[in-house]
Amino acid sequence: MAVRVQTEDFDVARELAALREGDARVGAVAAFIGTVRDLNDAAAVTTMTLEHYPGMTEKSLAAIVDDARARWDIFDAIVIHRVGELKPMDQIVLVGVTSAHRGEAFAACAFIMDFLKTRAPLWKKEDSPSGARWVEARGTDDDAAARWDRDSGARG
Amino acid sequence: MHGAATASITVVYLARLREAFGINGERVAATEPAMTVGALRATLAARGGAWATELAPGRAVRIAVNHAVASPDTPIREGDEVAVFPPVTGG
Repeated sequence: MAVRVQTEDFDVARELAALREGDARVGAVAAFIGTVRDLNDAAAVTTMTLEHYPGMTEKSLAAIVDDARARWDIFDAIVIHRVGELKPMDQIVLVGVTSAHRGEAFAACAFIMDFLKTRAPLWKKEDSPSGARWVEARGTDDDAAARWDRDSGARG
Repeated sequence: MHGAATASITVVYLARLREAFGINGERVAATEPAMTVGALRATLAARGGAWATELAPGRAVRIAVNHAVASPDTPIREGDEVAVFPPVTGG
């Protein structure tokens, strides 16, 4: 299991190849890649700056991955989140999960993203022609994370 | 301040709140031996201005103690690192 917070870009193919390398049990690799959009809430985004709380971010992400491992039969997971100045179309985040079957991999990948978005201490600031502004947290993200509480009793 | 009896804690401010308060962090003297997160928030809010506005009851503020999300009754002890920040927006 690997968690990294970095300014540098990442190579998705290389990271996912490394994630399943040498593990013949793996039958499914699910991945999510988040990227910078050029438009948010009707404002053109020229630069997105990501700030985090060093130390807590890594612990928080590792705890989220541990939770996923406790819920689903997954073999390995990787989370890479970039910080610093990013431009539209840049990659922001990668979550990759390996398991024997797709259901576990898809679910664990979605779970990790939902909790990353609502728990990990990371913040986005957008620059646009009309000025800079901190992105507001969305209630829909809290709803997405909350659905896992409702689902917890139903998983097989 | 060697030998001072008053405990002090490290407080860091992040993202929008760092900008609103105009500082990255500071040392804050504990006002009582059994300081809690809720008491610290009230102490900071009592400074007025942006502190009062941003930390007013009902405003969405997250506070962590030693990198773990805390609640108002979480105790704060000498040497702890407390972080005050807005709801997160990563991903």
